Amino acid sequence: MSSTSSKTPFWLGFRDAAPFVLVVAPFAMVFGVIATEAGLSIAETMVFTISVFAGAAQLTSLQLLQENAPAVIALVSGLAVNLRMAMYSASLTPHLGAAPLWKRALISYLTVDQSYALSVAKFDERTDWDLPRKTAYFFGTCSPILPVWVSMTLIGALIGERIPPEAALDFAVPIAFLAIIGPMLRTPAHLVTALVASLGSVLFTWVPYNMGVIIAASIAMMAGAQAELELTKRGLFK
Amino acid sequence: MIERPELWVVIALLAFGSFLLRFAFLGFVGNRELPAWLLRHLRYTAVAVLPALIAPMILWPSGTDGAFDLPRFAAAMVTLAAGLYWRNVLVAITLGATTLYLGLYLAG
Repeated sequence: MSSTSSKTPFWLGFRDAAPFVLVVAPFAMVFGVIATEAGLSIAETMVFTISVFAGAAQLTSLQLLQENAPAVIALVSGLAVNLRMAMYSASLTPHLGAAPLWKRALISYLTVDQSYALSVAKFDERTDWDLPRKTAYFFGTCSPILPVWVSMTLIGALIGERIPPEAALDFAVPIAFLAIIGPMLRTPAHLVTALVASLGSVLFTWVPYNMGVIIAASIAMMAGAQAELELTKRGLFK
Repeated sequence: MIERPELWVVIALLAFGSFLLRFAFLGFVGNRELPAWLLRHLRYTAVAVLPALIAPMILWPSGTDGAFDLPRFAAAMVTLAAGLYWRNVLVAITLGATTLYLGLYLAG
């Protein structure tokens, strides 16, 4: 495969992902700021953000550590947030599963909400694309996201300590997560899941070690899956 | 204050675990089919974990030492409603933050 033939899908991916920079940038900055507020050094913040590269999971684990939850709970909750990545991995596999191992490893590291959503939508549309074109498009979508994610985390970490308490930064995480959740509620099953999860975690706040979050989320996942089954049976699930 | 060895352990294992989750199917499964029940549960993980994490933070914010706070609650509801209506993360964050600061200013 010559470089010119895979160049076009790469730049197509780059262009499609460019607007998402506006979503990624503030989220990365929030992580940088919150991490510094939690007492992490710049180096610790940057190792965290580059090695994990998943904003919602990073904020979840950090939040729980700050609330003095045990490390195991912070870890399990962060991983639970990232379980959707396993689903992304599963749905990318038919398209990119034939790539060499090192490329699949790189694709895995770069699998985030934006690169996944854009790529799967494009692969469904361009059924004529071969593996090199698909791979090039995927890497194209990551190219504006990764540098912005890393640099904006750094900027957030650098300005973090200068932000006054009036900025109400304690509420940055709920607002950022709510903004992500809203567009996710595409079906009644998603709505049921979110409602059961919220209600459950409020009812289970008495459970020690912040275990209530995981208990509520597990019940909610089962509720969502069950709701999907019921809706499908009635022909209401698209 | 977050303990130091704890923090590094969480970062290392979260990085490794997140990579494994992303690599799980692309790397190990290849082109084999996955059981439908597994996919059905995986679909709802994010939409279960994120609300479970923030629901108590919205009712009992840490910034007010756990006391219910109307500006924060209003900001949360506006963010959610805007996200539901416009399906746009950026619009939701902007309207939510505006509501929060306006509410905090009005509440003095």
